[in-house]
Amino acid sequence: MERQAVQRAREAFLSGRTRPLEFRLQQLHALQRMIAEKETEIATALKQDINRSQYDTPLLELIGIENEIKLAIEKLGEWAAPRPAEKNLLTISDEVYIQPEPLGVVLIIGAWNYPWGLTLMPLVGAIAAGNAAVVKPSELSECSSLLLRDLYPVVTGSVSETQELLRLRFDHIVFTGSSTVAKLVMEAAARHLTPVTLELGGKSPCYIDKSCNIRVACRRITWGKFINCGQTCIAPDYILCEPCIQDYLSAPFQEFYGADPKCSPDYGRIVNQRHFNRIMGLMEGYTPVVGGQSDSSQRYIAPTVLKDVPPHSRLMQEEIFGPVLPIVTVSDMDNAITFINEREKPLALYIFCSDKKAIKKMIAETTSGGVTVNDVMMHYTLNSLPFGGVGQSGMGRYHGKHTFEQLSHHRACMVRSLGMESVNLARYPPQNRQQKLHLADTKSQQSQGALYCKVDPTIISLQCESEVL
Amino acid sequence: MSREQQAVARARKAFETGRSKSVEYRINQLKNLQRLFSERQKEIAAAIKKDLNKTEVGAQFYETLGLEGEISLFIKNLKEWAAPRHVKKNLLTMSDTVYIHPEPLGVVLVIGAWNYPWAVTIRPLIGAIAAGNAAVVKPSEVCVHTSKVMEDLLPIYIDKELYPVVTGGVPETQELLRQKFDHIFYTGNSTVGKVIMEAAAKHLTPVTLELGGKSPCYIDKNCDISIACRRITWGKYSNCGQTCIAPDYILCEPSIQNRVIEEVKKCIKEFYTDNPKTCPDYGRIINQRHFKRVMAMLEDSNIAVGGENDESDCYIAPTVLRDVKPEAKVMQEEIFGPLLPILPVSSLDEAIKLINKGEKPLALYVFSPDNKVIERMRDETSSGGFLANDCLVHYSVSALPFGGVGNSGIGCYHGKFSFDRLSHLRGCLVKKLKMEGVNDMRYPPHTLKKLGWARFFILNTVDVGWVGRMALLAALVMVAAVVIQKYLL
Repeated sequence: MERQAVQRAREAFLSGRTRPLEFRLQQLHALQRMIAEKETEIATALKQDINRSQYDTPLLELIGIENEIKLAIEKLGEWAAPRPAEKNLLTISDEVYIQPEPLGVVLIIGAWNYPWGLTLMPLVGAIAAGNAAVVKPSELSECSSLLLRDLYPVVTGSVSETQELLRLRFDHIVFTGSSTVAKLVMEAAARHLTPVTLELGGKSPCYIDKSCNIRVACRRITWGKFINCGQTCIAPDYILCEPCIQDYLSAPFQEFYGADPKCSPDYGRIVNQRHFNRIMGLMEGYTPVVGGQSDSSQRYIAPTVLKDVPPHSRLMQEEIFGPVLPIVTVSDMDNAITFINEREKPLALYIFCSDKKAIKKMIAETTSGGVTVNDVMMHYTLNSLPFGGVGQSGMGRYHGKHTFEQLSHHRACMVRSLGMESVNLARYPPQNRQQKLHLADTKSQQSQGALYCKVDPTIISLQCESEVL
Repeated sequence: MSREQQAVARARKAFETGRSKSVEYRINQLKNLQRLFSERQKEIAAAIKKDLNKTEVGAQFYETLGLEGEISLFIKNLKEWAAPRHVKKNLLTMSDTVYIHPEPLGVVLVIGAWNYPWAVTIRPLIGAIAAGNAAVVKPSEVCVHTSKVMEDLLPIYIDKELYPVVTGGVPETQELLRQKFDHIFYTGNSTVGKVIMEAAAKHLTPVTLELGGKSPCYIDKNCDISIACRRITWGKYSNCGQTCIAPDYILCEPSIQNRVIEEVKKCIKEFYTDNPKTCPDYGRIINQRHFKRVMAMLEDSNIAVGGENDESDCYIAPTVLRDVKPEAKVMQEEIFGPLLPILPVSSLDEAIKLINKGEKPLALYVFSPDNKVIERMRDETSSGGFLANDCLVHYSVSALPFGGVGNSGIGCYHGKFSFDRLSHLRGCLVKKLKMEGVNDMRYPPHTLKKLGWARFFILNTVDVGWVGRMALLAALVMVAAVVIQKYLL
């Protein structure tokens, strides 16, 4: 079944119909319509999958996709056009440009936490770049995956179907998920020399400096942490702060979710029992400052904050991906920087600080996929910024034009004429002829010392050096 | 700890000191590298002569001059390339600072090749240094003398902890590949490319693979065949055919085959004399193994020109094969030698079909005076690079990305492309803790009204330039009003 889907996609690509811009625009418009018309069904599916509130779905997923489609439609002509490249003296009469081209068949493996956003945003770029695409949504977001199948050609299934897919040959694979599975995806891709984009995760640190407006900082962090019940790849995973401010940190849950988050339509659930148990296991042995309540039958975990968490605890070993917010104390910003750098490069870094110099320092002395200062997650929403990880948090990037670039081949093109052959003379053997040419040139110019006129050095060099004289 | 482990550990330690972060430091290292080439030409040329029988001028021409040009380009532009790059904002981020921050990746592994050992080993190194990384350099063991010269000279000129040279063969490379790198840059063949990527996958290390393939060369019967053949002859037989972007085989209509053969024969004589074996400008096959590999390809094809060979010298004469069929041995793998097969095709259509049957090549050449032919060839095929009416020269335009696609490679480099490829381009958004009211629309409890606002803000971009200008105008008007009021009234 997987083989057939890929075969069909390849045949469709080879027929050439994905290349004309009109076709790509038509497909993008169709996608736009699909999202607009099926918004209610999509929201219902997500409610069933992870109890996503009906407003969170457009806010967190659909508006983002709409934005991407809108941009792609608007800019496609510009993105897909040949891009003139800077010429040098030797190529001055030639046409020199970079031509973006489709790669072929792109495999998109989606994730379950934002099943629509993480599957359709790469798809928008794949279509815009003129590729065919095979979409494999995550089986964990079952209802969404089945709904998507009704709307667009996808391959559904779980581990064995994905493994079967990965045996086949693609021209690019976009994978969103965990580092463990990503290694398997990249290994499979290596067998066909298929380039990959891996959007992974990690523990995104959130440093709160004592100089900042702590109340506002906490409000923003609380929003970002507990949205989608903490199941966001760029959620602030843990907090780093000095001991003196730990007690001032507050999480305004009541304001967002009411006295009992369990009853709030806006508070989500953990996607399945396995993850529920995993997160509950991480909390074992800690007394939460806030929250800690749970209900296994509903896979509900209350928004939870833990203080004074030791750096080597289990909680600090893996990405939490749940509504548990540990606070780890550090002595100062330098200490925080060391702490962050001792660990794997995260997908996002958050810095809450009012001191411009300190912010600059922290950005300069750490690395991460992306950074938002004085807020969380918002760098994701700006599609002029490339979104992606580094190190264990991923490779490659997308969003906006970056998706188009990532899923295109940038072909270097040069068109010369068959005239002006005399210009080429110096490159042909016998090579002592070149030396003769140099001597002729140097004699006709008055050079003193070493005058280096390098023109396209690998092909011709007009050297006026005292040695040659 | 093995020798390889030690080198990598030292490089990582040196990287972590942070000294390669400053742009001044990187420029200094590049300047030192520049000095290596201006001061040590003789040693470099002597080693290349022993390895590949290239003349001193040839070595400069094809290898070190390009590097010197690249280094100059980097020194001139590095400050700009390494600086934060501001990007377009939306309504929501209008008052924020938004930029891409180029950063080093960490420790890069550069695995070189033997055919243009300096060019393909040092060029990635230049990019790695410029981007602020440490780099472990592993020259190809096949070019024995050059790799020794690299091992001896590089530590004298550039930081030997940050940029160690690790020589060795397969076992040493395998040991290196077990270590963790932040990027692996490999130049070589697709078979080894797969092994490299598989090893990289275990650490989730991104890779750049500069591979090869069979680069087709189509000659339109209407073009100036004499000039076309001159350029093709030069492109093919330079370095004895051992160039990743050499025109691998020719496609043309049967009616011009004889003419093509005649012209190529003429050019061979012009470039390499009647006896290329004695010509100083004609190279040798790198070793016995490759000699045997290339010779085996002659088995089932007709030799039109050349064919002479001498195993003891690894010499194969510039050779042209005629009426070659797609099933012939010489068409089954990249030749990487001085054999030029001609495959007659009935039309441009057939040529395109044949090309698309094979793997995507690293380069594609078309010789034609007709723009329509050129455009069709370009639009109906794919390849790393595309060059009309010449061979090889697209390599030297540093504003063009150099790299393959599909089987011919992953990623690209040269000039700024090298810098970007070996950097992490980190997206940064710097907000303030003010204007919290604007954020209300995103906080629960969610309402339709809030959603409407969110939709408005996210889906509308603003031309800050225009708004900025209007704002400035408004501010000026206000100042004028205040001034008038205060001082004149």
